[in-house]
Amino acid sequence: MPTIASLKKGQKGIIKTFSLDLVPLKLLEMGCLPGNEVTLVQLAPFHDPLYLNINGSHLAIRKEIAAQIEIELIP
Amino acid sequence: MAQQINVALVGNPNTGKTSVFNRLTGLNQKVGNYPGITVEKKEGLSKLGRGKKAHILDLPGTYSLNASSVDENVVIELLLNKNDKDFPDVAIVVCDVENLKRNLLLFTQIKDLGIPAILAINMSDRMQRKAISIDIPAMEARLETKIALISSRKNEGFEYLKELISNYKNISTKACMDATVIAPEYFERLKRTFPNQELYKLWLVITHDVNFGKLDRNEFKGVGSFQIESTGTLKRLQQKETIKRYQFINETLKETLFIDTANAKDLRSRFDRVLTHKVWGYVIFFGILLLMFQAIFDWSSYPMDFIDTTFASLSEWMMHTLPPGDFTNLLAEGIVPGLGGIIIFIPQIAFLFLFISVLEESGYMSRVVFLMDRIMRKFGLSGKSVVPLVSGTACAIPAIMATRNIENWKERLITILVTPFTTCSARLPVYLIIISLVIPEERIMGIFSLQGLTLMFLYFLGFASAIVSAYLLDKVLKIRNRSFFVIEMPNYKVPMPKNVVITVVEKTKSFVLGAGKIILAISVILWVLASYGPSNFKKAESLVMEANKGNDISQKELEAKIASFKLEHSYIGIIGKGLEPAVAPLGYDWKIGIAIVSSFAAREVFVGTLATIYSVGSEEKETIRNRMAAEINPILGAPQFNFASGVSLLLFYAFAMQCMSTLAVVRKETNSWKWPLWQLFFMSSLAYIVALGTYQILN
Repeated sequence: MPTIASLKKGQKGIIKTFSLDLVPLKLLEMGCLPGNEVTLVQLAPFHDPLYLNINGSHLAIRKEIAAQIEIELIP
Repeated sequence: MAQQINVALVGNPNTGKTSVFNRLTGLNQKVGNYPGITVEKKEGLSKLGRGKKAHILDLPGTYSLNASSVDENVVIELLLNKNDKDFPDVAIVVCDVENLKRNLLLFTQIKDLGIPAILAINMSDRMQRKAISIDIPAMEARLETKIALISSRKNEGFEYLKELISNYKNISTKACMDATVIAPEYFERLKRTFPNQELYKLWLVITHDVNFGKLDRNEFKGVGSFQIESTGTLKRLQQKETIKRYQFINETLKETLFIDTANAKDLRSRFDRVLTHKVWGYVIFFGILLLMFQAIFDWSSYPMDFIDTTFASLSEWMMHTLPPGDFTNLLAEGIVPGLGGIIIFIPQIAFLFLFISVLEESGYMSRVVFLMDRIMRKFGLSGKSVVPLVSGTACAIPAIMATRNIENWKERLITILVTPFTTCSARLPVYLIIISLVIPEERIMGIFSLQGLTLMFLYFLGFASAIVSAYLLDKVLKIRNRSFFVIEMPNYKVPMPKNVVITVVEKTKSFVLGAGKIILAISVILWVLASYGPSNFKKAESLVMEANKGNDISQKELEAKIASFKLEHSYIGIIGKGLEPAVAPLGYDWKIGIAIVSSFAAREVFVGTLATIYSVGSEEKETIRNRMAAEINPILGAPQFNFASGVSLLLFYAFAMQCMSTLAVVRKETNSWKWPLWQLFFMSSLAYIVALGTYQILN
């Protein structure tokens, strides 16, 4: 299953599921919810952190958390 | 008495909440602290017209009512406590028109508390460019509220917003959605037990194991029995709640908000392409840092020189004009030099906050955090540690408070512990005066001034020790922590001059008042200790006369001998002599020992102390530097400030934790004495050992 961490720059996906024990509530409150669209806007050097557009919100998260959030790629 | 309406401004970060506050209150505002915590409390008065006034409280920015920091706690604590004198009659929820979806989450929560809430949609001037349109009446109906479209940049919509505040009694207190459907039986049971309470209020009390300080516990007696057994279940319910709220918001916006993406112009991606570029991004950031240091250390030297000479001549003028006596001496030798020592920092502090507030307002700071996170993490820090470490070059106190948005406790703690190593502006006067005494005024290859290079090296040393200790702490501290990190990347904005000016004025004012009190008190105490003493002190004149009987010395020399005898036998001299054995191996005499001890309160006191010690009892007004240069160590028979003792002092100040206010802030931010004491012990021992080694080698 691909995760947000496997997105390439400019690629989009739909958020599927993630474990609540590993992903903090704050991220959910910022719009990171199952069913929402996520786009990888920019990568910092070493591919970490990731600059995302989730559901119209722009935010950056670390690869470690991004790898916990499963997505379905939009071709 | 005129009727005063209590208004609370709430909203997500980056929605321009503070500029709305500035527009509503003008300069009629006051910044303080919430009792017992170092969270800034901003309040002000707004004239609503027809004799009505509103007391506006600008609450810390928060993404939701599920608090995870002290700042956010302030928000729920107030909104849950009907007895608080600031409890709002009406809340204004500030949103950014481009981020309505996310911003409305907080709005639905506030509505659930039964507080009348006005929705203020800010940045409406961007609607045209972004091709956004809103069906206001439909949205008002859906959200059970009144909406004001405002633009704090263009100062539009505020008349209407004030009208809404005046008529707040017409605003519905009904919730706009029902979040209890996530666990109907549970909430039904809760409702039966507490028929008079809003369910959401109870839910907040149940879900937060934090201690709401001022909250009236009686009101929620028995809520404890509704505690949800496992944190897993609790988290899942909170997740469900969030999803439920977003569902409602999505449905609402689908019918009321229209964005024509084809016509939207996007500046963000064009800026981001350069500013977060893996090469250009860093080049630009370091360019900005250079410019900032140039401003702080070069441009501010002109106003600083002016302040310095003004205070020196004020002191002299007082000595000559006021009637001679203890009071005049205290004023001219104690208070005025003490005050001058703090006012001289204003230009630097102001420049620093000017830069920081422009960088934050423009949205650029988030990009720096994004760029630096990976690099900083190698040292146990977070990308968000960049702001504290940079602010630390002005003052560690605001810098340590700026660590609050670091989510990861270990990274935050390390940032707090290492920030005092960065060269704060209080070290600057100490460095400057010692460098000018012991480093020759030469140029290397005709360009680089040796003194300038020394100063640069000390800055580098400060930053390097911060990074190295962070690395060590990361290895030593056994704190298991998830590497949680999330930062919003806001839209780029041209900073609003009014906001920048208000920030600079407020921050500078609080720095000067805070540090000013300590310095003033210390300079008075020192002056008293240096001007009085036990029996030998009182008999100084006759004792010195006796000792020099028969010697052929001039009146002037005799006076100088009396003055130095007096100082040695004053209270401060007695204390200093007692300290001498501890500081002598470092190359210092008892006067420097006193200066070090008194500058434990704040580093800049060092220069002021020496100024006070050297100026007590002397007639002519020499600059402090010349007095220090002329100081002879009686044991060595050579100048006290030589290369070895000077370098030893410089390094001592580079490492020592000489700042009481910083320790107090660390205590508050870490909520324990353990960390500040540890910091004090570690930094002071390091300073002592390094200074000792340096002096012994160089001497």
